[in-house]
Amino acid sequence: MEKRSERIVTSTIRIAGSSSILFLMLIFIFLLREGLPTIGEVPLERLAGERWYPIEDLYGILPLISGSLIVTVFSILIALPLGVGTAIYIGEIAPQSVKEVLKPMVEILAGIPSVVLGFIGILVLSPFLRRAFDLATGLTALSGAILLALISIPTIASITEDALYAVPSSYRYAAYALGATQWQTIWGVAIPAARRGILTAVMLGIGRSLGETMAVMMVTGNAPTIFSGLGSFTAPVRTMTATIASEMGEVATGSIHYHVLFFIGILLFIFSLIINITSSTSTERPREEKAQVVS
Amino acid sequence: MRRKTPGIIILFSFILIAGCSTPGSGKEGATGGSADYIENKGSDTLVNLALAWAEAYQGTHPEVRISVTGGGSGTGLTALINGTIDIANASREIKPEEIKTAQEGGFEPVEFIVANDAIAVIVNPQNPVDQLTLEQVSGIFKGEIENWQEVGGEDRPIVKLSRETNSGTHVYFLETVVRLGDSDDPSIFSPDTLLLPSSEGIIAEVQDNPNAIGYDGLGYVTEEVKKVALSPTGEGPYILPSSETVINNQYPISRHLYMYTRGQPQGSEAEYLDWIMSAEAQSIVTELGFVPIASQQ
Repeated sequence: MEKRSERIVTSTIRIAGSSSILFLMLIFIFLLREGLPTIGEVPLERLAGERWYPIEDLYGILPLISGSLIVTVFSILIALPLGVGTAIYIGEIAPQSVKEVLKPMVEILAGIPSVVLGFIGILVLSPFLRRAFDLATGLTALSGAILLALISIPTIASITEDALYAVPSSYRYAAYALGATQWQTIWGVAIPAARRGILTAVMLGIGRSLGETMAVMMVTGNAPTIFSGLGSFTAPVRTMTATIASEMGEVATGSIHYHVLFFIGILLFIFSLIINITSSTSTERPREEKAQVVS
Repeated sequence: MRRKTPGIIILFSFILIAGCSTPGSGKEGATGGSADYIENKGSDTLVNLALAWAEAYQGTHPEVRISVTGGGSGTGLTALINGTIDIANASREIKPEEIKTAQEGGFEPVEFIVANDAIAVIVNPQNPVDQLTLEQVSGIFKGEIENWQEVGGEDRPIVKLSRETNSGTHVYFLETVVRLGDSDDPSIFSPDTLLLPSSEGIIAEVQDNPNAIGYDGLGYVTEEVKKVALSPTGEGPYILPSSETVINNQYPISRHLYMYTRGQPQGSEAEYLDWIMSAEAQSIVTELGFVPIASQQ
């Protein structure tokens, strides 16, 4: 009886474990099946066009890729210092009592639904930014980037904190023994030792920003403009995710527009695959290093 | 362990049976006509009106249940073609290719004109511009006019707001205003036009931003934004949108609002559509800031 139930549990868990691979394959096959017809239907030079206006059969994806990149890059520029700073404070500096309050707070921030952030973005953030920077409108890449930064900070902070926690205390004791100050120890020893974990954190933060839809759709203005210098950061942009979300409901199944939207989905899938591979290769190396230290 | 497993199997088979039977009964509702459940979806312009109608009708006909959702005219018509709803609301006429897809799906969409709507061009109350010609509005949305100074306003950049492309209002505005009714004109909205997902988003931004210009159905326009008087040519008088100016055809951008059904409606669906054409239902049209159909005849 005991053994039998154990076998059932083991096989159930095995099925559950391998099911994610199955789901991934099914999703990818589905994406390819729905998206690849695009290549036959729309000439490549039109896909690489500069205008996205599907009701007139203009399927230029460049403005959408440009929009996603602008918002993502800018959000990481904001989230990286804040997220890593939060992690350093929680992991290295804050006394236990502060830490106990701060850590759950960061986790709560991670749990706020993005549509709520988007709502705050429309009503508070974008009017504020318009007045503060004298912009033509507050619905810009900048507003989107700030909201995305809020969304990716918890991810970056908690993974960075884990990376810092994994740095052996002996490293820090050695630094103190050499007469280093606390800041010199953090900057010169703890961060370099945790740098691969921090890189992973940033990569996952980028993935989070790239895939986020609702908040971005609400505050970026959704104008399909192409990057044209620094001014693009304070101009409206349209991201790939927002385009799929706002147009998927309208298209007739099997139409060209429908295939192009899935094609954008494939591009997004590839982008996040690249990000995930980069982050997982960067996390594998520290183990080798540790092995060297032990030997 | 052993006792639990059959339980799970029974549970799963229940889910399967439920899953199988739902589409079947849904189809009965969509085509049989005897069902009392009407699914109504589509144009965001019409959604408030359709809701008000559904509420009033259900008050006097408790045996009928009507569910109303928005999403845009294209969304509603697609849902009608796919057979998930009974009545589609649209703020534009059904397109020939949509009729074709419907015929391939085995039914002929039937059109009902249920109300009229005017599109108001709106600006922030601080903006001194009170009137524009249609050509100026077209130039603004095409990106040819980029500063309010060029149309008699202050030295401010113009921020153009539009609904998303799945909105019937967007398509109507493109054809009637941006292209000035010329179907051979290939012009489209300038790429820096902000495409907002909702009417409320447009009103909120115009209310807050003195640079903004937007357009929306008359029924959605609130007191906090300023309606612009329009003139087709610039020679004639500039007309503000209102029920009167739409009914006597003075206001240049007004349109019909439609409902579409899968073939000739029957049973409670037909009764509901008949009621919508009645004076009682059309008085709700007026209450919500739209223009009734009866008064145009």
